[in-house]
Amino acid sequence: MTHPYDVAVLGAGPAGMAAATEAARRGAKVVLLEESPAPGGQVYRAAPPGFVVPPDADRRAGDALRAALAASGAELRLGHRVWGLGGGPLVRQGEAPVPFRIDALPPDGEPVTLEARALVLCAGTHERIIPFPGWTLPGVIGLAAATILLKAQGVLPGRRVVVAGAGPLLYAVAAKLLKAGSEVAAIADLATRGEWARAMPALLARPDLLARGLAWRAALATNGVPVLQAHAVIAAEGVGAVERVRVQPISGGAAESFDCDALCIGHGLVPATEATRVFRAAHRYARESGGWVPVLDADRRVSVPLLYVAGDGGGVRGAAAAPAAGRLAALAALRDLGVLDGRAHARARRRPALEQWRAAQAGQAMARMMALRPALVDAIAPETVVCRCEGVTRAEIETALDDGATEMNQLKQFTRCGMGPCQGRLCGEAAAELVARRVGGRERAGFATGRLPLRPVPMEAVLGEFDYADIPVPAPAPL
Amino acid sequence: MAFDVAIVGAGVMGCSTALHLARAGMRVALLDRGAICREASGVNAGTLTMQMTRAALIPYALRAHEMWLRMAEWCDGGHVLAVACPGLSVAFTEREAAMLEERAKARRAAGAPIELISGGQAMEIEPGLSDRVLLAGHCPIDGFTSAYLTGRAFRPALLNAGVALFENRAVWGVDREAGRFVLETETGPLQAKRIVLAGGVWLEEMAGWLGVRLPIKVLINQLVVTERIRPVMRTVLGVASGLLSLKQYANGTVLIGGGWQGIGDRQRGGLAVRAENFRGNVRLAAHTIPALRDARVVRAWLGLEAETADALPAIGPIPGVDNAWIIGSVHSGYTSGPYFGKLLAQAVAGEAPEMPLFPIDRLLAMEAA
Repeated sequence: MTHPYDVAVLGAGPAGMAAATEAARRGAKVVLLEESPAPGGQVYRAAPPGFVVPPDADRRAGDALRAALAASGAELRLGHRVWGLGGGPLVRQGEAPVPFRIDALPPDGEPVTLEARALVLCAGTHERIIPFPGWTLPGVIGLAAATILLKAQGVLPGRRVVVAGAGPLLYAVAAKLLKAGSEVAAIADLATRGEWARAMPALLARPDLLARGLAWRAALATNGVPVLQAHAVIAAEGVGAVERVRVQPISGGAAESFDCDALCIGHGLVPATEATRVFRAAHRYARESGGWVPVLDADRRVSVPLLYVAGDGGGVRGAAAAPAAGRLAALAALRDLGVLDGRAHARARRRPALEQWRAAQAGQAMARMMALRPALVDAIAPETVVCRCEGVTRAEIETALDDGATEMNQLKQFTRCGMGPCQGRLCGEAAAELVARRVGGRERAGFATGRLPLRPVPMEAVLGEFDYADIPVPAPAPL
Repeated sequence: MAFDVAIVGAGVMGCSTALHLARAGMRVALLDRGAICREASGVNAGTLTMQMTRAALIPYALRAHEMWLRMAEWCDGGHVLAVACPGLSVAFTEREAAMLEERAKARRAAGAPIELISGGQAMEIEPGLSDRVLLAGHCPIDGFTSAYLTGRAFRPALLNAGVALFENRAVWGVDREAGRFVLETETGPLQAKRIVLAGGVWLEEMAGWLGVRLPIKVLINQLVVTERIRPVMRTVLGVASGLLSLKQYANGTVLIGGGWQGIGDRQRGGLAVRAENFRGNVRLAAHTIPALRDARVVRAWLGLEAETADALPAIGPIPGVDNAWIIGSVHSGYTSGPYFGKLLAQAVAGEAPEMPLFPIDRLLAMEAA
């Protein structure tokens, strides 16, 4: 193990890039770990080496952050999958906190363990998909997954695609699909026209985003794509893969069927809180921010000393608000480490604080539109699989609740819901809503205890090379 | 109105005691600060093996093994997917082989049908086993459960038997008034003629309510589970030292345990795995079943195990306090849990238990000395 870093940043999206840049520029020893082969995150995703994808506004914004990062002196570790976190407050009773420990798998497969005095988490979100009949058919993918395919390598999810769900990502994906050569069979937007109208004032503060949204809409109109407002997908159907999607107005009425070979669907974004749960940080349920979020102060401090969260992982506010949040987190870390004094910190934080506030207004309006919609959960049929890793249906969850399960960890034990490789990342939202209905809210339903590994980790990577004699077998239990 | 008995702690021992007392005709209250079987009873490795059970407890574990396998019959259909299978305890070194011989001998004397076999013979029973095993203890009547189902398995039977189950109702203390116990709880007092403390690692604090000083050591056991993989083993496996428990469930997941220690305590629960112990535990597992190298680890977690000063159970009356009883704190307590509950219920109901209890007088004497 090397000398500890001052600051480790997890996740090289806009928040992470800005956090690492800010800390490194001010002289801290910084490491930035990222799972992808290039920095950028989901919105500002770069093409992998060897791929040429025409630049757009996102790519240019990402390039600016990437350039600043490269010039900052921060150590960039790409292709690193972080699976273990420890240290910090996770010590024996009465012991003082220790540096944070980060276990990661680099691209060459040789595991590394790093230490850092402060840890900035910029883990972003994962996508919420509320189950419906046929959601596990091949050809049904998330909106975020579609953006990865399109942005990273220009891959089309299908030739004729239905795009459905909620939030601005719908129109972004549909416009990109058209541009890349797919036919868009239809857009089914859960939001009503009224919801979009109410979001307008906040969007007017960001004319650039508004203009881009209008351009997307115009492109869809030019191509004659049916845009169905206040419509929900009620089923994906097909033999072996999706062949058609049935769509119905949320107020009820006749369903329409659209032939397609892919359905891109997303019901919003959920902050990734695996790491803050591991550290036992305080969390609160904030539906309009995407779900459970760590409790943060104005400088992005978590309830655990020297731990910070920036970007959508602390509550969905969008990519535009993320760099300022990243800088605030980095500045707070430097202040708490004693690198910056109180006055220097107060001066340095002024601008990012204002920028973050401004950008967050539009982000908040979009986050509201992407918040969980209870009607989708109501509509889950008893026989529909909710937990696809373990094949647990809604009916089985309801029976477990009848049998006395009262919170998420107990539901897991009663049904295995959330025990598979995704560890509840896919099913957790729907399952928690079903629990919440019985026990009076998501706060009571709780969330699964945070545990390692953060992602499934190959045994080989944990094992390393060893002799039997090297295993430090403790003293045996009494006979 | 007073209950005939209040049981504090709804783990496997509290649940079994409650069920048997209710069926004996008592009005039973079962209280837990959390949900039923959500601590050690619901998160342990579910190993039903004689080869990790203390020799003195083998006769109890054999009876409990039978209870687990036939749980649906005595628990209104509730069950924990208990499976009977052969168990192997293996030795890789001469030192371990000597330990194995000594331990197998003592356990055999206590009634466990353990025979010593060569590495080659062990591979016939367990084809997935490493070819580096020198000697193995073979017990044909081991097995395992899915411990996470324990709460769900007990709950309907408890309610059917008329047990008043109070989950998420913490008890803060106990007073004695007019020959009755008054439990001070977060939703008001609860009265009972008798009290049974069944609080696992929290027994030390509970005994303190009755003025008894009973030190209880807390073990923070780590567990690791893989994703579903092809069948790689068909026995329940351990090593001579006892520091490995390994089994593959019908769904393909492999559970790796053995009592490697993590970070945690009574106040904070199981807080975090210790990286070096996590690695040591999985190395031991992969050394024993080499095919595990190809698996992925999905989750590691921790459970709190209680241990008395002599690492034997605390089951019996609380000296000096009439109508107060204690049950818990035993290595492999889950394995023997349902039977211990049945025994204590017999004693509380005024019958002679069919097997001797483990009164705590010996522990209190040690503490006083």
